Amino acid sequence: MYDSLRELYQDVILDHSKHPRHFGALEGATHTGEGHNPLCGDRVKIYLMIDRNDRIADIKFQGRGCAISQASASLMTDMIVGRTIDEVEKLMGGFLHLVKGEDAGQLGADDRERLDVMAGVSAFPMRVKCATLAWHTMQSALEGGTTAAKTE
Amino acid sequence: MNAPASLKGLTDFDPLTARRDFQILSREVYGKPLAYLDSAASAQKPRQVLDAMRAFATGEYANVHRGVHFLSAASTERYEQARETVRRFLNAGEPSEIVFTKGGTEAINLVASSYLARKIEQGDEIVLTVMEHHSNIVPWHFLRERAGAVLTWVDVRDDGSLDVEALDAAIGAKTKFVAVSHMSNVLGTVTPLKEIVARAHKKGVPVLADGCQGAVHLSIDVRELDIDFYAFTGHKLYGPTGIGALYAKRAHLKAMRPFNGGGEMIGEVTRERITYAEPPARFEAGTPPIIEAVGLAAAIDYLGGFDRAQIAVHEHDLLDYAAKQVKSLNWCRIIGEANGKGAILSFEAEGMHAHDLATILDREGVAVRAGHHCAQVLMERFHVASTARASFALYNTRADVDQFVAALHKARKILG
Repeated sequence: MYDSLRELYQDVILDHSKHPRHFGALEGATHTGEGHNPLCGDRVKIYLMIDRNDRIADIKFQGRGCAISQASASLMTDMIVGRTIDEVEKLMGGFLHLVKGEDAGQLGADDRERLDVMAGVSAFPMRVKCATLAWHTMQSALEGGTTAAKTE
Repeated sequence: MNAPASLKGLTDFDPLTARRDFQILSREVYGKPLAYLDSAASAQKPRQVLDAMRAFATGEYANVHRGVHFLSAASTERYEQARETVRRFLNAGEPSEIVFTKGGTEAINLVASSYLARKIEQGDEIVLTVMEHHSNIVPWHFLRERAGAVLTWVDVRDDGSLDVEALDAAIGAKTKFVAVSHMSNVLGTVTPLKEIVARAHKKGVPVLADGCQGAVHLSIDVRELDIDFYAFTGHKLYGPTGIGALYAKRAHLKAMRPFNGGGEMIGEVTRERITYAEPPARFEAGTPPIIEAVGLAAAIDYLGGFDRAQIAVHEHDLLDYAAKQVKSLNWCRIIGEANGKGAILSFEAEGMHAHDLATILDREGVAVRAGHHCAQVLMERFHVASTARASFALYNTRADVDQFVAALHKARKILG
């Protein structure tokens, strides 16, 4: 049991949650989204700057939450900068499969490797929502919404 | 303490003996013994409750108040006996002042909808405290949305205690109602109900107490309190889910409009008109939770078999034992330290979100609640998004606390 906990709270996760990348507000954001997990009251706000070629030029996030949700948000921002919206959606699909313990074969080898730190979440079904909050919020930002993102 | 239990014809309370009545507590989770510290969310059920429900369902069950046949009469008698048991539990004057509901939430909604709704005009005030559970907030928000009521919030002190003077001051000329928790599900704070009621009544304002926690840990005497409404739920009281009760003074009940419409709550129904049954039937539309009512009565009888003062001493010992240790950790902060508080320990751990903490505790066999505890107004008051909460029941032991504290240290090691 200790192992699955270590798998969940491995150093990379704790590092991202304690030193989140791309944290803060983004001036000149073209898209924003707000997510809320009513179970725990955690909130996240995503700022996106999307260029003319539908590419994520910049991203930032704000919010508070558990280590899993913060690390997931931080890792996500790291990974999607520079990608096109289509690529981001594909990545998100793979990520959602991964954290639910499903086949994430659609992920490229590099992405699979980077996201591997989140795979431990699949052993904790009650925590999947924590991992997906930022991603769903990012998706709702892409859709132009500022309404609360669903968490699952 | 009072006279020894044996002199009152009661069994001396021994937590280790009582614990054996709760089979679930002997199971393991993740290969670890279970330390169940989430009874404030829902308590486990003793075999006496489960046996009573099974015996009733297999020996006397039928629908109530309907048939003339043998089982219907037997079932009706048991259902009404359960009402009498609740009356005795609260020391109400008459069984007809007890309305069975599906829980505490429904009981409070019943009062909001059938009692207060038609008294509220635009700008009338409802006084609440910031430590209310959502079930004692949202029904009043409905009256704000639908009838223009104004919610007036009474703060708590930093230690979680309620300032009765502040509450008194909040009751003004436009106040129509006071709704207050008897015991906070987060802070453990016990409110001085008798004094609150006396002060509100001096200004002609009725009072409802949310007793979902209070009924479990405190002795209730609604007549001595002179309270207008007292709501509680069965499942936190070692009883089944799906059953709760509302005590209301007879005069209030008689003046209240029906709640849900359906069978059993009517006098006569024709194509043109309808008359309603007398209370409490007026508020119990449809087939009630009959087996659950029998289970609730069994839970009350179970609790009544002990000297409740001894149970309180035991629970407070666990609270003190746990609080002292948590307090000694300079990375933990306890939220709610009011004098005379009940056996609930909410806390924050530095650098650890409550959900991460609870996940690690869970894998160590320790069940605690993490989150906002349906008390977001209170979370905002204490500037936290969520807390972890350990709550203690009659069946907990110091070994549960030891397991909890050891798991806390493990969490610190993993997350810290």
